[in-house]
Amino acid sequence: MSDRVLLGDEAVALAAIHAGITAAYAYPGTPSTEIMEFLRVEHERRGGPRAEWCTNEKTALENALGVAFVGGRAMVSMKHVGLNVAADPFMNAALVAPHGGLVVVVADDPGMHSSQNEQDTRYYGDFARVLTLEPSDQQEAYDMTREAFDLSERFRLPVLLRLVTRLAHARAIVRVREPRTPNAIRKSDSPNSWILLPANARRQWRALLERQPELVAYGEASAFNTLTPGSAAVPAVITTGIAKNYFLENVDDLPERPWHLHIGTYPVAPSLVARLLEAVPRALVLEDGYPFVERQLRGLAPSRYEILGRESGHLALDGELTPDTVRQALGLEVAPAVTVHDGPLPNRPPQLCAGCPHGDTYAALKQALAHFGDAAVTSDIGCYTLGALPPYGAIESCVCMGASVGMAKGAADAGYHPAVAVIGDSTFLHSGITGLIDAVAANANMTLLILDNETVGMTGGQPTMLPSSRLKDVVLGVGVPPERVHVLSAHPRQTAANAEILRGELAHDGLSVVILVRECIETARTHKQAGAKTIPVTAAP
Amino acid sequence: MRFDIILAGVGGQGVLSVSAVIAAAAMQQGLHVKQSEVHGMSQRGGAVLAHLRLGDRPIASDLVPRGRASLILSMEPLESLRYLEFLSPEGTVITSVNPVKNITDYPPLDEVLDRVRRLPHAVLVDGEKLAKAAGSHRATNMVLVGAASEVLPLEASALERCIADRFAAKGAKTVDTNLAAFRAGREAARS
Repeated sequence: MSDRVLLGDEAVALAAIHAGITAAYAYPGTPSTEIMEFLRVEHERRGGPRAEWCTNEKTALENALGVAFVGGRAMVSMKHVGLNVAADPFMNAALVAPHGGLVVVVADDPGMHSSQNEQDTRYYGDFARVLTLEPSDQQEAYDMTREAFDLSERFRLPVLLRLVTRLAHARAIVRVREPRTPNAIRKSDSPNSWILLPANARRQWRALLERQPELVAYGEASAFNTLTPGSAAVPAVITTGIAKNYFLENVDDLPERPWHLHIGTYPVAPSLVARLLEAVPRALVLEDGYPFVERQLRGLAPSRYEILGRESGHLALDGELTPDTVRQALGLEVAPAVTVHDGPLPNRPPQLCAGCPHGDTYAALKQALAHFGDAAVTSDIGCYTLGALPPYGAIESCVCMGASVGMAKGAADAGYHPAVAVIGDSTFLHSGITGLIDAVAANANMTLLILDNETVGMTGGQPTMLPSSRLKDVVLGVGVPPERVHVLSAHPRQTAANAEILRGELAHDGLSVVILVRECIETARTHKQAGAKTIPVTAAP
Repeated sequence: MRFDIILAGVGGQGVLSVSAVIAAAAMQQGLHVKQSEVHGMSQRGGAVLAHLRLGDRPIASDLVPRGRASLILSMEPLESLRYLEFLSPEGTVITSVNPVKNITDYPPLDEVLDRVRRLPHAVLVDGEKLAKAAGSHRATNMVLVGAASEVLPLEASALERCIADRFAAKGAKTVDTNLAAFRAGREAARS
C-alpha cells in the first residue's frame, strides 16, 4: 500500500488498526507506551478504533477479553512487568477459546533502561501454552501483528507478541498493507467455553493441550522462522528476535558464513532445530533476554550437541545484547575506538525536573521526619522514585506497582514507627487502593502520602483514570476517618506548613492519608501551550 | 557508504529533534536509515544517547557498534565525552560549549573543553550564542545540525528543507529562526 517511517511500537499500533480491531486497551509503561499513544491519536484525529488507557494492565486485558467474548478483535499492550499484574486473565484467556482475535503485546526491557527487572515474556507464552511471536524489525512488528490476529482466530487462542526496548523505540521504514474490515459483533456458538467451572475448565485445558501439535506445525511452516545453510566448519548460529540484526551486522567479518536458524515464533519448531544440529552439532544461541531457547536446547540430559550462549559464558547472563557483545561471542574483535587517556566522567543520573512538586513534598516529609527516630519510608513506581537519589534521599523502597502501601503496613505491623508509604496518584489507582483497604481494615499505624500530580508523569503525561478531585472521595469511601485525611498543596510556599501537618499525622497512632496536590510542571506547560493555541480556533469560519 | 552518528545531550535538550531532521534529510536522499531513540526514565534530566545510522545499503543493527561512529554530535560538552568508545579513530566530535550543570560534581568547564579539544577531530560551537543571534535560544539544536552538516554525507539544501518542514506548523518566523541557526552553525564549523 505505502511506506511509513514508524517506531516499532507504532508499527504494532498501525497493524492492529489495519487488522480491524474493534478496540485496544493499555496501561502506560516504558517501552510499550507509544503503542497506545499512536492509537489514541488515530482515534481522536482520524476516527480510528476505540483506544483507551485503563486503570491497570489487568483491567485492560479484561476489557480486551470482553471484546473478544462478543467476537471483536482486540489488542492490549503493556510493559513486561505489567503482564505480572495481568497474569490472571492472561493465563485463563488461554482456556476460553476466543472467536474474536485477541493479541497481547508485551514490551520487555532487557538491560532495565526504565524497569525494575528484565523478565522475559516468552516464559509466559510457554506457561499459558499459547503462540508467541517475536519480531526482529519494525516491518516484522507490523506483519506479525497482522498475522497474530489471524492466528488467534484460527487457533482460538490469545496470541502473545513480544517486543524489546530497542525494537519498540527505533524507527525504520515500514511497508503497510490494505486494511481489513472489523469483525461483526456476535457471541460465541460455544458459550460454555467461557465458563471456567472445573468441569468446563478441564475440557478446555485438555483441548488446549491437544491443539499444541498444531501450534508446533505452524512454527515449522512459518516464514518468520528461517534456516540458512552455511559452513559446517564453524559453530552454527541461532538467533531470536532482534539478535538477528546484531548477527547480520557482524557476519561479513567472519571467515566463513555459519549455518543460521532464526526463530521468530514459539513454540520453537523442533524439526528446524534438528536440521541445524544435524548439519553442525555445535550452536551459539543469541537472544535478547533470558537464555530461553538456549536452556530448552541444552536440557538436562547428556547430549552429543554443544549449545553455547549466556549460560556457557559466551555472553553475559544479564543485560541487553548489543552488536558488540554479539561480535565478541562470534569470536571477533571489537573495532578500536579513538584513544583517550583522561579519567572517568561524573555520572548524570535522571532527576526530578526543576520545580517538580515531588521535590517540595519530599522537603516537607524530611522536615517532618526529623522529629522522629528511624522511620521506614516505602515508595513506589513513578517519577517520585527519583526521590531515592541525592539531594532527596527521601525513600527506601521501590518494588512493584502499589507495593509501598502494603509494605508500610507490614513494617508497622512488625512494630516500626513511623511507617510511611509514598505513592503517586496513578500508581495508587493502579494497585494502591487494595493495599489501603487492608490498612483500613487493620487500622494500621502508618501514614500514606499520595503525590497527586494529576498525570502519569514518568511515561510522558498520560491522563489518570480519575480526576484529582475524586481521590479524596476514594480514600474516604474505603473508610479512612475524615479527620485523618488531608488534602494539601505541594507548593514550595506550603512546605513548612505541610511538614507540620505531616508531623502530626506521623505521631498519630493509626492510619492517616495525606494527599499532596500540584500538577506536574511538564503537563502544566503543555496544557498552557495547548490552551494558548486553541483560542484563535473560535474565530475560524 | 555507512555513516553512524551518536547523538548525546541531557534530557530535554532536543536530541530527538536533531535526529529527526538528519534522518528525514537522509531519507529524502534515498539513503537507508535506522534511528534509535530514548524514552522513559532516562529522559528526566539525565544523560541521553540516541543512535542514528545512515547508509547506501540496508542497515541491520539499530545500535551503532563500538569504534564505528563517524560523528558524535552533542548538545552539551561533558556529554560529548561520555560515549567516546563508539567513536572511530577518524571520527569527529561536534559539541556545543554550553554546559548543563544539573549535577553537583560538574568539572571545571575549561577542563571539559580542553578534553574535547585534545581529541583528534573536534569542533566546538557556541550553540546558545549563535541561536540567540539567529532569533531564539531554543534553536540551539539546529545550530548543532548546521555544524554537523559540514561532515554529514548530506546536501545542506536537503537539511534546510527538512528544517523548514519540521517547523512549518509553528509559522514562518520560527522557520526563519531555525534556518538562520542552521546556517550560523554551518559557518561556525567551517571557521
